[in-house]
Formats: sequence, C-alpha cells, structure tokens
Amino acid sequence: MTMLGRLTFAALEQGPIVFAAQMLVLFGALGVAALITYLKRWKWLWNEYLTSLDAKKIGIMYLVVAAVMLVRGGIDALMMRAQQAVAVGNNAGYLPPEHFAQVFTGHGVIMIFFVAMPLMFGIMNVILPVMLGTRDVAYPFLNSVSFYLFTAGAALVMASLVIGQFATTGWTAYPPLSELAYSPGVGVDYYIWALQISGIGTLLAGINFIVTILKKRAPGMSLMKMPMYAWTVLGSMMLVVTAFPVLTATLGLLTLDRYLGMHFFTAGGGGNMMMYVNLFWAWGHPEVYILVLPAFGVFSEVVATFSGKRLFGYTSMVIATMAITILSWLVWLHHFFTMGAGADVNAFFGIMTMIIAIPTGVKIFNWLFTMYRGRVRFTTPMRWFLGFVALFTIGGMAGVLMAVPPADFELHESLFLVAHFHTMIVSGVLFGDFAALAYWFPKVFGFTLSEKWGIRAFWAWTVGFMLAFIPLYVLGFMGATRRLDHYPAGLGWNPLFIVAGVGALVIASGVVCQAIQLYVSIRDRRKNRDLTGDPWDGRTLEWSTPSPVPFYNFARTPIVAIRDPFWAVKYGLAPQTPENDYLSIELPRGSGLGLVIGGAAFAFAFAMVWHIWWLVMLGALVMLGALFVRFLDEDTESIISADTLRRFDTATV
Amino acid sequence: MTRDLLVPSVQVTVPPFTERREITLLGFWIYLLSDAIIFACLFATYAVLHVNTFGGPGARDLFSLPYVLLETFVLLVSSFTAGLGALAAYRGNARQVLGWFSVTLLLGLAFLSLEAHEFVGLVAGGHGPAQSGFLSSYFTLVGTHGLHVALGSFWMLFMLIAVYLRGLTETNVRRLTMLSLFWHFLDVIWIFIFTIVYLLPFIK
Repeated sequence: MTMLGRLTFAALEQGPIVFAAQMLVLFGALGVAALITYLKRWKWLWNEYLTSLDAKKIGIMYLVVAAVMLVRGGIDALMMRAQQAVAVGNNAGYLPPEHFAQVFTGHGVIMIFFVAMPLMFGIMNVILPVMLGTRDVAYPFLNSVSFYLFTAGAALVMASLVIGQFATTGWTAYPPLSELAYSPGVGVDYYIWALQISGIGTLLAGINFIVTILKKRAPGMSLMKMPMYAWTVLGSMMLVVTAFPVLTATLGLLTLDRYLGMHFFTAGGGGNMMMYVNLFWAWGHPEVYILVLPAFGVFSEVVATFSGKRLFGYTSMVIATMAITILSWLVWLHHFFTMGAGADVNAFFGIMTMIIAIPTGVKIFNWLFTMYRGRVRFTTPMRWFLGFVALFTIGGMAGVLMAVPPADFELHESLFLVAHFHTMIVSGVLFGDFAALAYWFPKVFGFTLSEKWGIRAFWAWTVGFMLAFIPLYVLGFMGATRRLDHYPAGLGWNPLFIVAGVGALVIASGVVCQAIQLYVSIRDRRKNRDLTGDPWDGRTLEWSTPSPVPFYNFARTPIVAIRDPFWAVKYGLAPQTPENDYLSIELPRGSGLGLVIGGAAFAFAFAMVWHIWWLVMLGALVMLGALFVRFLDEDTESIISADTLRRFDTATV
Repeated sequence: MTRDLLVPSVQVTVPPFTERREITLLGFWIYLLSDAIIFACLFATYAVLHVNTFGGPGARDLFSLPYVLLETFVLLVSSFTAGLGALAAYRGNARQVLGWFSVTLLLGLAFLSLEAHEFVGLVAGGHGPAQSGFLSSYFTLVGTHGLHVALGSFWMLFMLIAVYLRGLTETNVRRLTMLSLFWHFLDVIWIFIFTIVYLLPFIK
C-alpha cells in the first residue's frame, strides 16, 4: 500500500481529447486565480464572499458555480450531439465508446446536481429571506456549510476530468453495471462521493429553508399571505428533506457493495439490483419536483408583476403546490414499468402519474388567467414564461402519454423519453431560473440586465431547443435508444441527428448571448442603475428595499397586513401599516469554517475514491474539529445598533 | 384591474420574535425526520433482502432472543435516564444533569459493547456482512443504528464536559434538549429493529 493509494501517473494520461479538457480545467482555474491576484481582490473575496454568512452573498456564489458547471455540461452536450451526428455506418465518430459513456454520464450528473440545483438554491438564498421580510435564513452558518459541501461535490466532478475517469454508467448508475465487478475503476466512486457530499449539503439546506419559511417571516405574514414563490420553495424543501435521505441511503448501500464486498445490489450473493432502481427513483422522482416547484413559484411572481394583476387563484395555487408535493412521492415506479411488477402495480403508478398532471394543469391555467385582461409587458422574464408554457405543455403531454404502461414498454429508454424529460427540465426548470435571474438581477446588483440581449438569448434557446429535441421525439418513435455512440446507416436517423446537432449549436449561441448580455449590462451599469429599488413595478416585499439590498435587508422590520403588501401600499389599496421603530439587530459574523469543512470534505471524498486512507482520516478529523471549534464559540453574532441602522437607512433613501 | 385587490382589515398582531431555541429545535426535528427516512430505506432493504440467505444461515439460526432482550433493556433504561437528565436541565440542576447523563453514557457504551460482541461473534463464525444479501442488510441496518449510538455517545461526552466547564448556559440546555431527543429517537428505531429483525423470525 503506497501513500497515494491506487493513484498513479497513469490516471493523468488519457489521450488527446481528455488532455485538452485537462488543460482547459487547469488553465481555467489558474487563469481565474491569476486574475484575482492581478486585481488584488483576494482579501476582498475572502472577507466579502468566501467567509460571508449573508444568504445573499452565498446565493451569488451558488450562481457562479452553476454558471461554470453549465458551460461544462453544455460542452458535454455538444460533444454528444457531434458524435451522434457523424457516428453512422462505417464512421465510428471521434469519441471512443468508453469516453462517450463518460460524457453522457457527466452531462446528466452535472446538469441535474451541479446546474439545476445550485441555480435553484442560489435564487432562493438571494431573494427568499428578503421576500419574507426577514434578515437572514434560520441557520446562517449551516447555510455556508451547505454551500461548501455542494461545491466540494462539484469540484470532485471537475477533478474526475483531470485525474482518472468519471463513471460510464449513465447518470442513474444502475447496478450491476455500477458494481465493482463491472466498473472496477474510480469512475463510479467519483460519482458516489460527488453526489453523497453535495447531497448532504442539499439536505441541510432543505432543513434550513423550511425553518426559515415557517419561523422567520415578517410579523403579520401568515402562511396564506406569503408570496407564491415561498409556498413553492416550502413544497420543494419538504421534498428535499424527505427524498434526499433516500439518496444518501442508496448511495451508502452502493458504497458498501463496492468497498466492503456486501451484496445489496450485486448480480450474485443474494443481492437485488431492482432494489437500487426502486430506491434511486424514490429519490429521483421527487427530485424532479424539487427542481420544478421553485420555478413554478418564480413564474407566479413574474406573471403577476408583468401583468399588473394579482396572481389568479392564489388558494388553488397553494393547494396545487401541496398536491404536487404529496403526489410526487407516489409515482416513482413509472421510471421502470418494464421491471415487470405486474399489471396492478403498473396501473396504480400509471394512474397516479396522470393525476399529477391535474394540479400542474391548474397552475398553467392560473397563470394564463392572471395574464387575461392584464396589462402584459413582454419583458425578458415574461418571455421565458411564455416559452415555458408552450414547451412545457408539449413535454407534459408526452409525459402523460408515457404514463400509459403499454406505451411506456415501447418508449422506455428511447430518445422519446430523453426528449420528454429535457423538455420538462429545460423549459420548466432552466427557463424558470433564467426568468428569475432577469427579474431579480437588479435587486441583487443594483442595475438591470440588457433587455435586447436577454430577448436574443430567449429566442436562441427556444428555437434551438425545438431544433434539438423535436427530432429526438421522432427518433424515439423510429426506435432510437438513448446513449448510442454509433448506429447503422440506412435507418434514416442520420438527418434527424444532424438537425439535433444544429439545434444544440443554436442553444450554445443562446448561452453566448447570455454571456454578452452580462458583459454589456455590466459595461452600461451606470446607465441602467435601478435607483428606485422597484424597476418592474413589483408587488412583494423585496421591491420595498433599495437595490442592491443592504446587508441587513430591512432597517426596520416590515409589518405585513395583506398579500402583495408592497403593491397594495404603493397604490393606496391598503393603508400604510404602522412601521416598527429602529431596533438594534444581531447579524451573524463571518466564518471561514464552512470553507474548511467543504475543503476537508473534498479531501475526504477524493481520498475515498483513490483509497488514500490516511487522507480519509485526516479529512474526517478536520471536519469534526471545525465543528467542535464552531460549537465552542458562543460569540458568533455582531450587533448593529439602532442608531447605525437609522443612519444607513436615511442615507440610502 | 386593481379593484380585485381586496382591502383587508389592518389589524395586525405582532408576534414576539420567535426565539432561537424554538428555531433550533424545529430544525432538529426535521433532521430527525430525515434520519428516520434513512432508516426507513434500510428497513425496506432488509425486508426485501432478508430471505436472500444465498445458502447461508438465516435469522433463526444466528440470533439469540435473550441476548437481544438484554441489549434492549440496557438501551431503554438509558433512554429513561436521559429523560431524567433533560428534566434536571430544565430545572437548572447541573449536578443532576452530570449524574444522569453519565449514567446514560455508561449504558450507551454497555449497549455498544453488547452489539460489538454480537457482531464479532458473527464475523468470527464466518457470517460476515459479505456472505449474503441477508447479512449485508442485517449488518448495515443494525450497524447504522449502532453508529448513531456511538455518535450520540461522543456528543454526550462533549456535553458533559461543556456542562462541567460552563454550567447550564442557554446554549448547553438547548443542546441537551436536542441530545435527549436524539437519544429517544434511537430508542424508537431500536424498538423497530428488535421487532422486525429479531422477534419476527422467531414468531413465524
């Protein structure tokens, strides 16, 4: 046994394409570090962001990581599309099967765990406490730990690109393929630890936000006066704290199989691989709703604001949100009707799957009725919403079609399925997050984003999406299965794959538009400054604060008497509520221990992957030690006096 | 357009700010819920795999009910003493807190020794967790519970030192409350383990 376990130089030598990726990661990281050094921003970064316990700052860090990972996952997507556009007949394509398998696995894992999740958590951190009229989340330090555990997971996936391989099993890592007997390398171990570490971070964040919503709302804001976004986050986080433990347990069992030779999911020894598939989707299906519910909440805020009307059917929206939360626990088996559980079981899950479309339909109609006879302004966020309605309805109907078990037997693991879930996640989750970013950007940074480039990005994404995925629906009907690195000529598939490839390029141009949008907006930030704090004629509490939101959120705790309190008071529809006097407040002091825990978690996980046992022990000890240091410190808050607050507040107004 | 915004009554009762203790405890309850779900997964796995003995011994061949009954009593009594300790914490009696939680810690360690003895015996007899799906799920379910008891014991040791050094500060009382919740939770899990893993095979 060497000092470095099974890590050798061979882990670094993997041919020209991987070499290019390795260099990209390395020089990317070095370039960023050099840039920060050149700008002399290390101290600023450390004090203002890395050690900050302010939810708004943590939210921005989530969004930065999400943006980096979106580019990585997007490059994976382009590589797959390029391979499938050319790998037909005698042409084997440019990617060997082993590498292609890593690319589709990486794409799935990254887009779900390290793009969609951090976008959701980033937006929540940035805006939810302000929306609720509170100063911070329930547990600011835990929030920092959650972020760094998540980032440790993302870093592990990036590390797998440079050192060793990633899993070749697909993002679901079904056994027995993911067992030691068939995947002896480090790929599946990277997968397990990246998901395990970031999953625990997610679980802790889930607890944090539930308590924030239930216990930290402004006085007077009863549950039924909360903004719709808060309701959807509540539903989503309830799913996080009930579903992520299932993922933790499942990955734990796979770990025991791989590290200690147990027989949970092995092909022999009394294992049962379908147990894994059931457990995985018992987490996996709620996960879909974890992602999409907050996006539904974003759309509820966006549509009401840009239609100049209150949200239609608030109560039915709350009921629909909670119905989806509960029903999403009762549909997991539709991911594997082909298991052969029998007609009765399949029928139950098929019917439940169709039923869940009903509350979702309620939501769609509520949004449309909100627009009805409103003064609709077609801003970027509103366009993302309209694109979402069109695409999501198509994707949703494809889903109801596959909920019929006999139809699913035909379409199972086909490209039709791939097209379906991409429609749901891209239009539902990603468009929702993009709408949120455009909508709340001025609140966070103090200036609005360029509408021109936002709308260009919207069209590129929408048109590109249709070009990329409508061919996949057709290909699915033609019998093309997912994850093909090569297919015979003469099936008539190639033209459709080429169209899909062109679509992926158009989507990529949408990402380029977003990058230009960011650049142009920062360049013109003085011109586009949001001086009022209310650039969109908003309705909820966050628009009552100056932009960007001051670190204490509210100088005086707001008192809420009505839904959409800011709008109501602004237009004289509700009397001005009596304002609290300035009071001294406690805010959490910054702490670098979250970063220490995340770093130690990364070292721990990396060492587990490569069997470097001394580093495993060291990582675990550092994590425990950091927790002890935190527990012993009873002086974690700093006090801001009422006078200081008054001075800040009158200066900003 | 704006008419549909109903004007509500302006009567707003301002509730006192929720105290930190209440906030922490709610979060801890939710953590316990999520931990219970981890155990639920392990129970489900055990339920599926316990018949997969792969030609090896089954539950009836390996377990001894009187021995497990002893483990159960040790753990149940420790839960009782932990409860007494928590009550003493609410009364502000630091000496009793130290006393009752020390007893609880000793009982917890006794439980862990009993369990370790059982595990060592099984492995020594050639029936380790790698033998069959049944034994994998058995060791993992019972072992995860044992791991929780071990972590709870460390926590208890930490709290004993903290109370000894700093007395019953607000922070310490809050943490003792969580610790006793955690300990009772492990008891509840054990009742299910006792019933499903150990008792059921002998009833059938």
